[in-house]
Amino acid sequence: MAKVSQSKTGKGKSKTTSRRRSKRAAPDADQLLDYYRDMLLIRRFEERAGQMYGMGLIGGFCHLYIGQEAVVVGMQGAIDDRDAVVTSYRDHGHMLACGMEAKGVMAELTGRIGGYSKGKGGSMHMFSKEKRFYGGHGIVGAQVPIGTGLAFAAKYKNTGGVSLTYLGDGAVNQGQVHEAFNMAELWDLPVIYIIENNRYGMGTSVSRASAAKELYKLGEPYGMPGEQVDGMDVLAVRQAADKAVKHCRDGNGPYVLEMMTYRYRGHSMSDPAKYRSKEEVAEMREQHDPISNLSKVIVDAGHKTEGELKELDKEVRAIVAEAAEFAQESPEPDPSELFTDVLVNA
Amino acid sequence: MAELTYREAVADAIAQEMRRDEDVVFLGEDVGAAGGVFKATVGLLNEFGSVRVRDTPISEQAILGAAMGSAMTGLRPIAEIMFSDFLAVCWDIVANEIAKARYMTGGQMSMPLVIRTANGGGSRFGAQHSQSVENWAMMVPGLKVVAPSTPADVKGLLAAAIRDPDPVMFFEQKSLYPIKGEVPDGELVQELGTAKVLRDGGDVTIAALAAMVPRALDAAGTLASDHGIEATVIDLRSLVPLDTQTILSEVSKTGRLVTVEENPRLCGWGAEIASIVADEIFWDLDGPVIRITTPHIPLPAADALEDATMPSAERIVREIVEKLD
Ligand SMILES: Cc1ncc(C[n+]2csc(CCOP(=O)(O)OP(=O)(O)O)c2C)c(N)n1
Ligand SMILES: [Mg+2]
Repeated sequence: MAKVSQSKTGKGKSKTTSRRRSKRAAPDADQLLDYYRDMLLIRRFEERAGQMYGMGLIGGFCHLYIGQEAVVVGMQGAIDDRDAVVTSYRDHGHMLACGMEAKGVMAELTGRIGGYSKGKGGSMHMFSKEKRFYGGHGIVGAQVPIGTGLAFAAKYKNTGGVSLTYLGDGAVNQGQVHEAFNMAELWDLPVIYIIENNRYGMGTSVSRASAAKELYKLGEPYGMPGEQVDGMDVLAVRQAADKAVKHCRDGNGPYVLEMMTYRYRGHSMSDPAKYRSKEEVAEMREQHDPISNLSKVIVDAGHKTEGELKELDKEVRAIVAEAAEFAQESPEPDPSELFTDVLVNA
Repeated sequence: MAELTYREAVADAIAQEMRRDEDVVFLGEDVGAAGGVFKATVGLLNEFGSVRVRDTPISEQAILGAAMGSAMTGLRPIAEIMFSDFLAVCWDIVANEIAKARYMTGGQMSMPLVIRTANGGGSRFGAQHSQSVENWAMMVPGLKVVAPSTPADVKGLLAAAIRDPDPVMFFEQKSLYPIKGEVPDGELVQELGTAKVLRDGGDVTIAALAAMVPRALDAAGTLASDHGIEATVIDLRSLVPLDTQTILSEVSKTGRLVTVEENPRLCGWGAEIASIVADEIFWDLDGPVIRITTPHIPLPAADALEDATMPSAERIVREIVEKLD
């Protein structure tokens, strides 16, 4: 993922440039370890969810985030408790990054009462108002206008908040995405559209689905700046996130970040992913894995030894094991739950 | 006779029609190279090539708009909307454009197109991928609405839909894709708008559609063996046109009507059938119409909850036994 490009636009002018990633100040050890731990938690959680799906403990759809961890962890590092997050059905990583508990997420996957939506939402539809995570949406692209609305309210109420609105490379071809882009720029809304370009929308590659290949430029006709980022590198993500968040907080309107990333697993648990070569997947896993690459940075800088990182892995695995246990022990929802939360006053 | 699965029958019907008419084209998301997310269109890209079998971007409005534009100018497109829930994303093209074009143009425009879609629950996919929305289509004047329950009917009705000069919404129930059934060899084309009586009984008439048909048959078996109740079972197969003749005559014979539908309670198709029966043969009825539906709630994801929503054979038996005497 060497090529990193940027499209700079402002009101009335439109210019696109390519550049190499600029040097950045070295992040401190604590920050690196936080990233490492947060990415590892998502990785181990998803591996466990995959196993539990295989064992029949999780049903329906289950879209794993393995490979893409750096995107959400790097973005989350740049925001605070004024900000809101919304994404698609590939949402487990986003929820963990938002600070939602592994237990509650896993229990939603197993359809138990202890899940974030009491088992009624499932893998694709989970929320936490407390953590300002607004879903979890199964309809491709639907979260994009919704995320625009989160930004509308932030601006209206003058909270200083920014909306992180995630979408896939496939989702950019939904009409509602473009309606939202136009409105966000027209009204200078504080929203960052984070396009997670993992190269495929189900079995269809970007080149087979999209006439425009440089997705970070999609906001350009509306005057929205965009940038392509190495989404396998959490530090590059964080740097881009800081810049985009500042742009929004300063009242300059929306921003597009195209994260060049990769999903190691199939689209969902039922996809054998025959549309891509084993070599392609192996190359990404071996050369570009966000977690092993960061572990090298940490060890090389002398912040931790490999042994110490293994200890950290054990802690993370313990959290996941506890979540898995909870997700099997939490009771199934009572049938009376069917009729709760349909309306406030029915 | 060959034994085919419901999903194989889909590909079989499309292939049959594409071979005989080169104006038939097929488009949708992951329908070609991947053979469809439900593997219902495997082999079509190979046989007919990428000009006639098109993988599209995730752009439902463009898919249906393209189908409509090409149908008005001489093609016979088949468009797939992967899950029927996504019809909400492109409903404008369905309800405001496709359904009304013939009428608004004083008959100048025909709309010979088919919208195929995977409909219904039972797969733990949750509220946005499990809905049974054939009633949405039934409510819009200008559309035909078909929902088969067997592989043979998939083939025969889909072929008929493709040949039909009007727009047909073709609802495939996704939990039925793996079921097998005998399909006659050679060309198969059935007549749209005809119901089938699958079982004869003197006590009660059950009208069902798609995945509810096998459940109704199951229930009828138990009603006979355990409760001495003999049920007639009608597979409606089509909501528009609706075979009211068959419905009315079968209900007149037993004096009782039960509808079994996957739709949420309010404005499910069973309500319309109950209304027609009340209008036409009220005095032939021996008791109230029994509607068995999903409750009026979004579909939950959890196994136990989803199972509690969709009418099961047991629930059909229970409700009929309770309410019949
Ligand atoms: C409106 C709509 N159309 C189609 C689908 C089916 N579908 C679910 S995910 C998906 C692919 C999306 O790809 P992308 O946006 O790249 O996200 P990724 O899965 O790669 O994270 C499709 C076609 C859907 N859920 N909603
Ligand atoms: Mg993608």
